[in-house]
Amino acid sequence: MEQSFTYEARGHMLVIHLPKELDHHNCRNLKYETDLLLSENYISKIVFDFSQTEFMDSSGIGVLLNRYKQMTANGGKVALCGVNRQIGRVLSIGGIGKLIDSYETKEAAIAG
Amino acid sequence: MERFRMEIESLSKNEEFARVVTAVFMSRLNPTLEELDDVKTAVSEAVTNAEIHGYQGKEGIIYMELQAEDQQLTVMVRDKGVGIPDVKRAMEPMYTTDKTGERSGMGFSFMEAFMDQVQVESEPGKGTLVTMKKKIGR
Repeated sequence: MEQSFTYEARGHMLVIHLPKELDHHNCRNLKYETDLLLSENYISKIVFDFSQTEFMDSSGIGVLLNRYKQMTANGGKVALCGVNRQIGRVLSIGGIGKLIDSYETKEAAIAG
Repeated sequence: MERFRMEIESLSKNEEFARVVTAVFMSRLNPTLEELDDVKTAVSEAVTNAEIHGYQGKEGIIYMELQAEDQQLTVMVRDKGVGIPDVKRAMEPMYTTDKTGERSGMGFSFMEAFMDQVQVESEPGKGTLVTMKKKIGR
């Protein structure tokens, strides 16, 4: 089944709700969609919501790293929330743990 | 030894299919949930590589073979794509030929992190065979 991202705008924040499986297949449209949203709106922070995500491979790491670079280059921030154990291991092996702050809930990630 | 073989079209939607089939085959070894996730991640990396690097996003067939012997799982992923000119370099962490910035270059590092052994044989113009092994239920 085709899985996609849903986007939620909160002022200058963009919450990206990630799909159940975050692999190369499901990441294909993310760059185009977020680039479009970032060019049309002033966004100072992106929160990636992993609460529905059960699987992620290095394709997900590529997507996160690229958004992190994009945002920090303009003084913006990136945060994660709702990360489960498997995703946590993948993030840590991918070196994301040290770069991007992770919060338990979406509200905490937005506030943090 | 128990053995399973399949051929799948090189399409991104088959990444998930390859992971799920591997998980079902592997369930006969009574893996832990963590071992299942590890192998699914490694399979996803190898199949994605075959598709975007081996076949460069074009048509092709990905050949998978799964073996279970004692508690050892072997996963083989083969493509008949362009091959890798310098395997050692391709396996370096963060090395990528991607120009969009969306690929992390961590595919082989992930396979090595999640499996016990990863072997890559490749010949330019002929294709690539990735063989990964993992002891299950230790």
